[in-house]
Amino acid sequence: MLRGFPRMLRPSIRLGRELCLRLRGFLFPDSQSHNHRGARPGACSGGRRGVAPGSGLMGLAMMLAAMALAGAGGSLSVGGSPTSGAAGASREVILATTTSTQDSGLLDVLIPMFEKQTGYIVRTIAVGTGQALALGARGEADLLLCHAPAAEIELVKSGAVVNRRLVMHNDFIIVGPTSDPARIRGMKTASPAFAQIAQAGAVFVSRGDDSGTHKKEKEIWTHAGVKPAGRWYLESGSGMGQTLNIASEKQGYTLTDRATYLALKKRLALDVLVEGDGALLNIYHVMQVNPEKFPKVNGRGGLAFVRFMVAESTQQVIAEFGMKEYGEPLFFPDAGKSRE
Amino acid sequence: MDLVVDGIVKAFWLLVKGDREMIRIAVLTLRVSGLATIISLLIGVPLGTVLALWAFRGRHAAASLVNTGMGLPPVVVGLWVSILLWRYGPLGFLHLMYTPAAMVIAQTIIAIPIVAGFTMAGIGQLDSGLRLQILALGASWWQMLWILLREARLSVAAAVIAGFGRVISEIGASMMVGGNILGQTRVLTTATALEVSRGNFGMAIALSIILLGISYAVTSGLTYLQHKGRHVSDGA
Repeated sequence: MLRGFPRMLRPSIRLGRELCLRLRGFLFPDSQSHNHRGARPGACSGGRRGVAPGSGLMGLAMMLAAMALAGAGGSLSVGGSPTSGAAGASREVILATTTSTQDSGLLDVLIPMFEKQTGYIVRTIAVGTGQALALGARGEADLLLCHAPAAEIELVKSGAVVNRRLVMHNDFIIVGPTSDPARIRGMKTASPAFAQIAQAGAVFVSRGDDSGTHKKEKEIWTHAGVKPAGRWYLESGSGMGQTLNIASEKQGYTLTDRATYLALKKRLALDVLVEGDGALLNIYHVMQVNPEKFPKVNGRGGLAFVRFMVAESTQQVIAEFGMKEYGEPLFFPDAGKSRE
Repeated sequence: MDLVVDGIVKAFWLLVKGDREMIRIAVLTLRVSGLATIISLLIGVPLGTVLALWAFRGRHAAASLVNTGMGLPPVVVGLWVSILLWRYGPLGFLHLMYTPAAMVIAQTIIAIPIVAGFTMAGIGQLDSGLRLQILALGASWWQMLWILLREARLSVAAAVIAGFGRVISEIGASMMVGGNILGQTRVLTTATALEVSRGNFGMAIALSIILLGISYAVTSGLTYLQHKGRHVSDGA
């Protein structure tokens, strides 16, 4: 029945003016003299005349508007930083990193330091190493802070990242329930312990997210000559913290970095069972995404962050991080050392 | 149970002390979801009205599309908005990825079908004789649309409530396009997920209580207005 409708859309100026008038009627029903100049079909709405007809909707609109503007500032550009234009973009750096650096709280300390020292604004995207590396390989991040050396070297070779620097290490540990059904407590090497877990059919919770920790875990399974599968092998598909929670709940084993474990230890019913194997070193590198390959990458900001991460004062902060709270450091600074 | 008590106590103290980080997160949550709801109203209400009133070819397909969209999974929206907004995506030049604006875009897309669907249902329910009557009495098209929308205002209000409830509670899209960046794009849902993964269950519970509180306050305000609207028309 509304065949005439499209024609109504044609004179867009009239439409705009009409809408404004209507909206005013909506919001301020008392000022009815401004609109309703034409015939007013009294039969349909006469009963409601003068009783603030649209008050319900008016209130809704006002409330939502108030909500949206709450906190003032109005503009949605973050932290006062301009989000468009070359000048604005070059003050921002996107750091793709692993969940372990965020879950341990280290970045909450380092990032504000860097922002204060250099004036750059960092957008930290904490994802599994798999996703972080993928973001870097596509030029969607400016910086990577990861712990998957083999995969990182691939990226360097492909030319996607440059300026890769050793920052720090901690180590992986195998944790599990106090009852230790697979009897691996105190073993000195990781792969026989894994083999024993598989043999016992004890629950093992894997990250299953292609993260640095997951890559390390797969490496150990390969070493152990076991293809992990079956009812005992669970893939959590989530970050380290969440995976530890699941392992604790299911009384299973898992491979974790020491920092995340220490940070969460209070709430976990898990003990450190295997540690100290050289193969369990967890090495973090920082690298910048190649601005020559990806022109949209913030090269200068990336370089500044790489320099910051290996600077002596930053390394000192890394060395001390966690000492107070956990009684032992969560990370060991390595800048300037050769890789092994 | 001590966890829950711990969480409630923590939520209480966060509120009493007016923890700055918490307030910032809560305000950003309201701003992003509120703005997304408003924009989705501006698009969804006209869309729903057109679908309800205007007989054109493919209307059935379009209406089904809107109804399907009411269940649009946020992660799917998050993925597609990411693909569009990434630096090397088609809209990368806007530099919107990992900003609140990106979250508003994603949440708006999630809310539009809900608002349109509710509006469509509300106007569709009105007596079709009403339109003829209004026109017969000499009203213009715009006046008729206006009256129909006002008649369906309870449905429109329901659309606002449903749309807002949906976007303030979604996490998949916000996490993906916002990145859950501290002080920039961290909202209550993503902060809760992060605290859970960090094992800070008390903090997570506190955040979830605050989210529920805000959600309840806003929705009950909207519901009050909706009911007030009904009484006005009933009392006539």
